[in-house]
Amino acid sequence: MLPPFDLLPTLVRGLRVTIGLTLAASTLALIVAVIAGVARTSKNPLISGIVGFYVELFRGTSVLVQMFWIFFVLPIPPFNISLSPFLAGVIALGLNVGAYGSEVVRGAIQAISRSQIEAGIALNFTPTQRMTRIILPQAMVRILPPFGNLLIELLKSTALVSLITLSDLTFQALTLRQTVGRTTEVFAVLLIMYFLLAYPLTLGVRWVEGRRVWA
Amino acid sequence: MVTFDWEFAWEILPQLLEAMVVTIEATVVGFAFAAVLGLLLALGRRSETWWISRPAGAIVEFVRSTPLLVQLFFLFYVLPRYGVRLPAFVVGVIGLGLHYGSYTSEVYRAGIDAIARGQWEAATALNFSQRHKWTKIILPQAIPPMLPALGNYLVAMFKETPLLAAITVVEMFQRAKIISSLTFRPLEPYTLVGVLFFVLSFPSALLIQRLEARFGTR
Repeated sequence: MLPPFDLLPTLVRGLRVTIGLTLAASTLALIVAVIAGVARTSKNPLISGIVGFYVELFRGTSVLVQMFWIFFVLPIPPFNISLSPFLAGVIALGLNVGAYGSEVVRGAIQAISRSQIEAGIALNFTPTQRMTRIILPQAMVRILPPFGNLLIELLKSTALVSLITLSDLTFQALTLRQTVGRTTEVFAVLLIMYFLLAYPLTLGVRWVEGRRVWA
Repeated sequence: MVTFDWEFAWEILPQLLEAMVVTIEATVVGFAFAAVLGLLLALGRRSETWWISRPAGAIVEFVRSTPLLVQLFFLFYVLPRYGVRLPAFVVGVIGLGLHYGSYTSEVYRAGIDAIARGQWEAATALNFSQRHKWTKIILPQAIPPMLPALGNYLVAMFKETPLLAAITVVEMFQRAKIISSLTFRPLEPYTLVGVLFFVLSFPSALLIQRLEARFGTR
């Protein structure tokens, strides 16, 4: 194949890892964000306290430090939890982005007007029904654009897993640089590939924002 | 059972604090660069000359859509091939500044757009020159409400400085990596680095929340 297309087979192998990692980590982040976001609004100080500690811990430190901690510290005693690089990447990115996402969820829940909750009480909805039938459906609509932005951030952060030996897109590019040389070409193609992944998401977020007639 | 060795932690703390100076330097210099570059990009995007506004817009979109780590590798490995040999720290600061400059440019843009039309018209009516219109009327009103958003990016950048370790800058995280590989003890150095990041970034985040409350914007 003509250069620079001869680099693609190797990079595409890494691309698969990057996409798989993004999907797995964003699923985890979504679940964590919703649970933590709802739990943070809890009236029980123990629940909101524990969740608050998790959120501030992950927002207050660096994602790379978190990833290294999970990958290098958890395997040793007293934890003895060995994780594959992929799983460590998913957990670090999922918990980190989930912490940011939970703040989005919390903000959206708190933005739901009080009368909606009062109406739910008046209509004899249980607290669970109020949350799942009234508050969350309205909050979900508001959180779509910020979640889109977080997904883009997560996608870009997946490049960090190359530093814990996972052979993602960036890792493959670094390998190519060492084996094939052609540094400029390799990194230019790499940047373009990330751009082609992330930019459609950016456009999608803008489209959703433009259509937001309900907010 | 191995647990957290406080004595060892106490022993390595001075080394980490020393490396923290590099982290803070990178943050301060990188952000100063980002703040200036962001303003230039925002003004460039507003330009009526298409060959200024289009490239400025393209740079912002492209830089925001690609990972900082890859940009750092690009600068670190590609620049020397064209005869530009810079110390790793300088490359790192340029990378941080470029990346966050594209984010701050959006903050400036939103802030400038928020200035009421009447202000522009009044400046024109009072025969202010283009330069005075910006420096005396628009920017002094636009910048204070932007401070919380800029502050958030400052904290975000601070937390991304460990990426400089990947291009051989010995900042706090790289120092922890070195200690951990020399002593085979990852627990204390990585935990301490996490704690040190937290004690700096958490109060800053609270401070920014107060700024937000004061200026009444998000």
